[in-house]
Amino acid sequence: MADDSSTPAIELDHVSCRFISADGKATLALQDFSMTVERGQFCAVVGPTGCGKSTTLSLITGLLKPTTGRVRVMGQPVDGIDPRIGFVFQNDAIFPWRNVIDNVSAGPLFRGQKPARAREMAGAWLHRVGLGGFEQHYSHQLSGGMRKRVSLAQTFVNSPEILLMDEPFSALDMQTRTVMQDELLQLWAESGSSVVFVTHDLEEAIALADKVIVLTSRPATVKKIYDIELPRPRVMPGVRYEDRFITYARSIWDDLRAEVKID
Amino acid sequence: MDMPIDTHDADNRLPDDVRESLQKAEAVAQHQMRNRQRLAIFWRFAILILILAGWELAATLHWIDPFFYSKPSLIAKQIYDWWADGTSQGPLWLQLAVTLEETLIGFFIGGIAGIICGILLGRNQFLADIFSVYIKVANSIPRVVLGSVFVIALGLGIASKVALAVVMVFFVVFGNAFQGVREADRYMIANAQILGASKRQVTTQVVIPSALSWILASLHVSFGFALVGAVVGEFLGARVGIGLLIATAQGAFNASGVFAAMIVLGIMAFLADYILTIIEGRLLKWRPAQFENG
Repeated sequence: MADDSSTPAIELDHVSCRFISADGKATLALQDFSMTVERGQFCAVVGPTGCGKSTTLSLITGLLKPTTGRVRVMGQPVDGIDPRIGFVFQNDAIFPWRNVIDNVSAGPLFRGQKPARAREMAGAWLHRVGLGGFEQHYSHQLSGGMRKRVSLAQTFVNSPEILLMDEPFSALDMQTRTVMQDELLQLWAESGSSVVFVTHDLEEAIALADKVIVLTSRPATVKKIYDIELPRPRVMPGVRYEDRFITYARSIWDDLRAEVKID
Repeated sequence: MDMPIDTHDADNRLPDDVRESLQKAEAVAQHQMRNRQRLAIFWRFAILILILAGWELAATLHWIDPFFYSKPSLIAKQIYDWWADGTSQGPLWLQLAVTLEETLIGFFIGGIAGIICGILLGRNQFLADIFSVYIKVANSIPRVVLGSVFVIALGLGIASKVALAVVMVFFVVFGNAFQGVREADRYMIANAQILGASKRQVTTQVVIPSALSWILASLHVSFGFALVGAVVGEFLGARVGIGLLIATAQGAFNASGVFAAMIVLGIMAFLADYILTIIEGRLLKWRPAQFENG
């Protein structure tokens, strides 16, 4: 069995990824891209808009296959959607025709749990994300922050060993985002999962992650890797005012500025 | 309405006089809203009465010829006569029952076939590429003309009317089901896949529910189409039914008979639409309220 705990959680090994669009044009999203995420590590990926950040996540889930190179999850090559993976999307991906509890119990039900057990698991997670009492609400009756909490519960109820997040908080207002970042760090600390967090917000990346990977513009490759040595547990707005945080932010921004083009 | 944030909770922290004035403003606003609603209902009836009275008056004073355009009292009398003494083809309820039967059978066969084909093609890009051109052509042909073919091939019985109703309904429902499936959010589909859904579960639990509002919207329109199919079919050749009643009245220069049959059909269609709206409200209870009022 290759699945011993010595292998990294995620490895992308000299990966390139080519798209053929609907009108037959080919574009290169990733080129010679390598990254590893250790088990239990929180890794953030930042890069300019449209550079191919989300492509890395699609490769890890198996929704997309690399053109060249290898992708391994828990030491095994990716072949289809791995049940150990959880994914939180940027947009609302919860099902509007299901109420909150049915949204959260969807994962366990898809995975063959008995309905009663699935609802029980879902109810427990709703309490953990602070949505006890909202079980029967539909998504249009919830605020943006509450919908995001439903997404988190929906993902965490499957107890994923690997958590992929694609700019999950970018649609939220500043205050709600800060609160959600705090809650994510708590959930992650309790779960011990490995995280890849894609964002364009470099301060969010530094505040949350152990490791920040800065990408170049398209076709994306790794520009620089930062190990963020801020102590944990981090408390959300406070950590942003520390001197080391500001030093990281300044040098990552210098890297990023060269890649941002307005066209 | 159960909203996530109860505004009255926050009101409790306000000083008494502020709260009182808020409550007063609320009462006044609600009173005005009720009044407005009553006024709207009043005008609905007032306009109906005005139109009917105007028609009656114009026909009685011979501004318009009642022989061609009839008048409300004659139409009412015609419906009463049909109801009390039966039509030339037998009792009125039998005509209604036959037409309703043809409509419903056609509606269900066409609707179910349309939904199934729409979902199959919507989920398969290659089939969609092949068939989309035929669907477009079939949609732009005036399909009512097929009624003549069906009467020739299937005879004067119920089958030819059902066939026409099916053809009328199928393409409408099919087009909507197809579009609804294609518009299913791809992030939602990816989310379901990652949560562990199989391909079949993605179809039944994500694609179909999200296409449902499209499909239900088409069912409203297509019930009307099914009725048109059944009535036109009867018109073209039948032994019984409301369509035949219209054709007979037309042959006898009986304008009141045509209008009377039209009103009977109208009441039937209105009731069917009402029932469909109730079903739709049940199935789409997850949608925000402002869409349900439409």
